[in-house]
Amino acid sequence: MSFKRKDLLGVASLSPEEIALILEAAEPFKEVSGREIKKVPALRGKTVVNLFFEPSTRTRTSFELAAKRLSADVVNFSPSSSSVVKGETLFDTARNIEFMQADILVLRHSSAGTAEILARNSRLSVINAGDGWHEHPTQALADLLTIQEKKGQVRDLQVAIVGDVAHSRVARSSIHALRKMGANVRVVGPPTMMPLFLHRLGVEVCHDFDKAIAGVDVVIMLRLQLERQGRSLFPSIREYARLYGLTSKRMQQAAMDVLVMHPGPVNRGVEISHEVVDSGSAVILDQVSNGVAVRMGLMYLLSQRN
Amino acid sequence: MANDMKILITGGQVVDPGRWSGVADVLIEEGKIGAVEPNLRQKLQEGNALKIIDAKGLLVCPGFVDLHVHFREPGFEHKETIATGSAAAVAGGFTSVCCMPNTQPVNDSRSVTEFILAQASAAGKARVFPIGAITKGSQGEELAEIGELFDAGCVAVSDDGSPVMNSLVMRRAMEYATAFHLPVVDHCEDSQLAPGGCMHEGAVSTELGIPGIPKAVEEVMVARNIALAELTGARLHLPHVSTVGSVRMAREAKARGVPVTAEACPHHFSLTDEAVRSFDANAKMNPPLRTDEDVQAIKEGLQDNTIDIVATDHAPHAVQEKQLEFDAAPFGIIGLETAFPLTLNLVEEGILTLEQAIAKLTREPARVFDLSYGTLAPGAAADVTLIDPTATWVVDPTRLHSLSRNTPFAGWTMKGKIVKTFVGGVVVYDREETL
Repeated sequence: MSFKRKDLLGVASLSPEEIALILEAAEPFKEVSGREIKKVPALRGKTVVNLFFEPSTRTRTSFELAAKRLSADVVNFSPSSSSVVKGETLFDTARNIEFMQADILVLRHSSAGTAEILARNSRLSVINAGDGWHEHPTQALADLLTIQEKKGQVRDLQVAIVGDVAHSRVARSSIHALRKMGANVRVVGPPTMMPLFLHRLGVEVCHDFDKAIAGVDVVIMLRLQLERQGRSLFPSIREYARLYGLTSKRMQQAAMDVLVMHPGPVNRGVEISHEVVDSGSAVILDQVSNGVAVRMGLMYLLSQRN
Repeated sequence: MANDMKILITGGQVVDPGRWSGVADVLIEEGKIGAVEPNLRQKLQEGNALKIIDAKGLLVCPGFVDLHVHFREPGFEHKETIATGSAAAVAGGFTSVCCMPNTQPVNDSRSVTEFILAQASAAGKARVFPIGAITKGSQGEELAEIGELFDAGCVAVSDDGSPVMNSLVMRRAMEYATAFHLPVVDHCEDSQLAPGGCMHEGAVSTELGIPGIPKAVEEVMVARNIALAELTGARLHLPHVSTVGSVRMAREAKARGVPVTAEACPHHFSLTDEAVRSFDANAKMNPPLRTDEDVQAIKEGLQDNTIDIVATDHAPHAVQEKQLEFDAAPFGIIGLETAFPLTLNLVEEGILTLEQAIAKLTREPARVFDLSYGTLAPGAAADVTLIDPTATWVVDPTRLHSLSRNTPFAGWTMKGKIVKTFVGGVVVYDREETL
């Protein structure tokens, strides 16, 4: 099977076979990143544009390294404001990039659906690097690869996703990815952070972390956006950490070999206690390495299309 | 065509709700309805002074009345002008339209009202009735000079688009409006309940990660407004009802005799939030497209007359304004030229009879705002719409008469086509001429 898509816009529309294909494609590139000379010529002569409308250091750097290790030319473009403020529509910006003969556009934007709208109106291969609260597919795929490596398989694992699911694109993409690959998913957090009809995505919704953590194989902790404090989502960081923070004590309820994951950056002592971040259970840095590999594999697949 | 010429519309299926339903001839003389009778033609001599229009196979109705349009002038003439909006109106069979005051400046004064009336008169298409603001600048704080707005020709008051959040201000507005017997139209939205919301909050918004607008945003204000109407005795009109709960509350209020009327927009009974899945900003309006159960409730409300009328909430926006990120694009869609066929669908579905459907576009809206139009009664202005009820057409936004193109119905096949529209006995739209 080959990858037929022009773009990667989200996990929701991917088949389990396509997900497996991307993870397989990532595998050989892990070795490349471990070499003395971390470069292969797969994308030589191709141009990758990182168009980031939201500040992001990690994701942009990860995409940049991935493209460079594939020998692509990389341009970073971080307009400080969205098209409304700037006066130029997003589509005109994209058309300009298209007519500079770029090949792959990596887009990060604060509005849901932007990658999809742009992909529809452009010949560029568009990779969604996060659109509002909608999707962040490469992060979810990197996490899936990490779980698969550490656990051997994803099917039938018990996975808990903890935190502000309502405002998390990582949560949405991860729910789709895990469900498609056969894992059982429970989402945990205060009701203010659980969107309506969440169960329709095939997950169990829980508000009591102490109960929900029992026997889980993987815990994915979401980053708490501290600026939401006091805006009626949660009363205080203190209370949030007490109810939904991952501590050594809570860890004892999980499976012996539980994996602790976090898309980063971690608010130490809020979502996860110091001891847990630095424990053998945490695979947060593996997620980072796999992020580069998945992005390399994906760009390789998209460039093979023509 | 001079006004002194007599016109006889012959052989059409006349639907004048409550007055006539069946084949008849319609005589127009001096810009007014002369008579509606079968076989009038045999009684009149054709000649220089009588023009015959053959309407065999066509529906002949009173011109439609839309209580809810946005014509954007003054201030936003790149979206729509009174001239282009009126042209869209008559192309959709509407001969009377009521335009909301959220222009720039807001229609909170006699001078803006008079300007709108002058532009409408110069355009010479549909009759345009301004709706005045409830509060100065639609800021929701101090009452506008509602007495003067009434005197200048406003037919209702509303701060449409900017809900009156302060309940005391709304109470005073309702009390004050009763002095002029003016309907008060409140865009029912608790503007603090869903910051940043841009689609219905439900299963689809959860999946798409788009900030949601729960039904409660509308329902808490419908409940408040009904309570205030009951307190003050004011005539409350609920625009663009979109939820099960709003329909239920309106039904219950009417049963108790509270002076409430309600309207539904064609998009709210033709589409659901599923239309947003493609992130198309032409499926973005406020109130948003809701769910199947809401569509069902609106249809039931139309059927049992809880919802008195169909209105378009025609809200033009320029192409470049809609071609933005979903959350950045403005709310609203155009509706004047697709309203009739979408309403006719309710007849096909067996929800309404043809006469009921026409009533909700003519007699009923005229009643809600006390307009002396929407009827073919002898002596009434000869505002008449001729329709081919079986003709189908495909919506091509570039061929609509509105200045804007923002419709979610592009590419839809519509059944029911406006053939000719008369205002005061003058043909203001003729499909033959636009081909």
